[in-house]
Amino acid sequence: MLSNSNRIDRRLNGLLLSMVCVTALLLALIVLFLLSEAWPFFANREPDGTWLQLFYRQNWYPLEGQFGMAPMILSSLAVTAGAVSLALPLGLGSAIFLQFYAPPRSAQGFRLLLNVLAGIPSVVFGLWGLTRLVPLITSWQPPGASLLAAIIVLALMILPTIALTSASSLASVPKEMLTGSMALGLRRNTQILHVILPAARAGINSGVLLATARALGETLAVLMVAGNVVQFPSGLFEPVRVLTANIALEMAYAMGDHRASLFASGLLLTLLVWLLSWFAHRVNQVNNREIRGG
Amino acid sequence: MADRIFSGLLFSCALLVVSSLLWVLSDVVLQGAVHFNWQFLFAAPSNAGRDGGIGPILVSTLWLLLIALTVALPLGLGVAIWLSEFAQSNSRLASSTGISLDILAGVPSIVYGLFGNAFFSIYLGLGFSLLSGGLTLACMILPVFVRTCEVGLRAVTDDWRRGALALGMTRSAAIWHILLPAARPAIVAGLILSIGRATAETAALLFTSGYVDRMPGSLLDSGRALAVHIYDLSMNITGGDGAAYASALVLVTLIIALNTLAQGLVDSWFKQRLKIA
Amino acid sequence: MTKTKGSVYTLGEIERGVPCCVPEPHLQVQDLTVSYGAKTVLSQVSLDIYKGCITALIGPSGCGKTSFLSTLNRLTDHHPNAHVSGKIVFDGQDLIHDRVDTLKLRRRIGMIFQKPNPFPLSIWRNLELPLKEHGVRDSDERRQKIQQALKDVGLWDEVSDRLQTSAMALSGGQQQRLCIARALVLEPEILLMDEPCSALDPISSAVVEELILRLRGRYTVVIVTHNLAQARRVANYAGFFWMTERVGKLIEFGQCQHLFDTPIHALTAAYISGARG
Repeated sequence: MLSNSNRIDRRLNGLLLSMVCVTALLLALIVLFLLSEAWPFFANREPDGTWLQLFYRQNWYPLEGQFGMAPMILSSLAVTAGAVSLALPLGLGSAIFLQFYAPPRSAQGFRLLLNVLAGIPSVVFGLWGLTRLVPLITSWQPPGASLLAAIIVLALMILPTIALTSASSLASVPKEMLTGSMALGLRRNTQILHVILPAARAGINSGVLLATARALGETLAVLMVAGNVVQFPSGLFEPVRVLTANIALEMAYAMGDHRASLFASGLLLTLLVWLLSWFAHRVNQVNNREIRGG
Repeated sequence: MADRIFSGLLFSCALLVVSSLLWVLSDVVLQGAVHFNWQFLFAAPSNAGRDGGIGPILVSTLWLLLIALTVALPLGLGVAIWLSEFAQSNSRLASSTGISLDILAGVPSIVYGLFGNAFFSIYLGLGFSLLSGGLTLACMILPVFVRTCEVGLRAVTDDWRRGALALGMTRSAAIWHILLPAARPAIVAGLILSIGRATAETAALLFTSGYVDRMPGSLLDSGRALAVHIYDLSMNITGGDGAAYASALVLVTLIIALNTLAQGLVDSWFKQRLKIA
Repeated sequence: MTKTKGSVYTLGEIERGVPCCVPEPHLQVQDLTVSYGAKTVLSQVSLDIYKGCITALIGPSGCGKTSFLSTLNRLTDHHPNAHVSGKIVFDGQDLIHDRVDTLKLRRRIGMIFQKPNPFPLSIWRNLELPLKEHGVRDSDERRQKIQQALKDVGLWDEVSDRLQTSAMALSGGQQQRLCIARALVLEPEILLMDEPCSALDPISSAVVEELILRLRGRYTVVIVTHNLAQARRVANYAGFFWMTERVGKLIEFGQCQHLFDTPIHALTAAYISGARG
């Protein structure tokens, strides 16, 4: 095909190919550098123990050579799980309301609000959380900066995305299903719960999983309101430190093994996020196949 | 009856969501307006940022964006053009590029910050600088930008490609004169959205472009982005909340303006396609 | 046809040279076989295209007539799995096996598609672009050629006052005539037309058909058509294609009158009388 093409096209193809190679190498480059920075952490461990221990050891005293990340890993999971459990029902409910119950004008306004908030940077959410939410929680139960604050702020952040992706999944359900169920005389809520929602399952599930991945990788908002004490998440009102916040806080002065441990935690985080994204992709595929009657 | 409960539940849910989101938004606007005045946009920060303005910070932010776009725009467009127009359907390079871009799109921003620090700041010796930060931002916005441009190009009808071939035009001429102009709304929309994302970015800049809030003298100087400034004011400076909110107001306004612009372009693109099809 | 300005039905004159349809082969096709991947769509087709004559290719859809046309201007090169064997002699060269400059070839052999595909540019630019790409540097020369082409297809009176407006705003029939003008502006020797009227309404179809008739003698035309009546009206020579064992084959080829009135093959007779296909 390209063999008998002309010189101009061949030159352009060559130029573009070099750009493609640079881009394709970017991922490899990132993985390479992260691994090489994290390597001392994996290599320098005690001869008797494996480095995996460090992911479930408890004590994080990096300046003394102790790198137990377990509390932070659990805190990350707890904050994410909490935020998603809060945002999922609210987001889904908003989406259903938006698609099926809201009068057109309000729906437009609601959608606009969601779109605007989906674009607001995490640092602004963090600012609001710090100056509004934390004092509120403090007056209820000190110290304010806590797991609860992080959960609420993170939930507010991923809520618009969940609502919008769920709404568009609901919208893309074929109209025939709705009219068909109406023709059967089904009540509105039955229609929605038992016909439409299952049909939109694929898009909703993958949207939620992607929002979860985003929540897991979120740094600033959580950093600003969670209190940042390294401990196991023992209660809603206790301060916690998540992996991302840890990196942000300690990178500035971390050296040697300490720095390597931060890179290692970054790798772990990335792995978790990729797993979630891959899972979201698979769930989407499986659900789509089921819906189409595979 | 169950229907009433159901719809009531949904309504209260939506109400809760709307009121909390509005609460956040109104706080930003109102608190920000208190501290804001037009001088704010041009003056330099004083008293560790509590007073003065964000002039140098806006300049730094602009430079960061410019660097990011100068790298990401041609690179992203070039890759998208190759994927859409030159790659063969069973090409392994094409599919692995696509997969690696999708993987990159999922990397958390703080990890991009780690990479930027390790590669640009240390390995390439750029230190804490606008160049470091801008290049890191370029890596971040590249994956989504490529996908957006690729989708826009693929959406252009094949009729024109065949017509151009039948007239003995080179693929390059067809791309330059016909396909790129036809895909322009999608490309520009993708560009603007990428700008929005880069402007909102904080974590990736913390250890690549640094903290310095003075007017940058060169690309190798450290500079503070607007989002980083908000972070510093609220976390490290007592009494910096007022200035933080005012900066947040500016940032949010900027992002909303950009997103509205992008949305308008996408809408006009759809209208145009309906007219042509 | 009346020539009122602004009417959709005006036609210009093609006045160059004396009409001439001679039994001198312009293109000689020998044992042409086309397959896409494992599927053979056309097998062992041999015929001659005569200079200045209109040759119609008739037969039901799926017989490979479009694939046949695509081999003549090497458009099959751009189909990922296409494999072409046989011999096509044009101007002393074998189009299949010799090293052919496809860009120059497509200037000499133009193609019109079933669905009109004017570029999303102005009327003027649609015609100027191919000229520029083929190296016509003098803008006066370009202007002259464009004007001539538009007059030849009868569009000059209709669009001369809005040459800078978008070609997409023209009606279907006007768009197809513009596509023909776009091919003519390069002054080709052969025109390949793939069902040029089938996507048009009856009136526009008649206008384009009349245009094709006036091309007779000035250009060599190969036209694929489903419309038997049209083929009868327009063609000097006709080839009948049919599907045997899921592969397209040329059943009969000869002078149009003979094929229609006294077909040799039983299948041809059956198809023409409407009994089959």
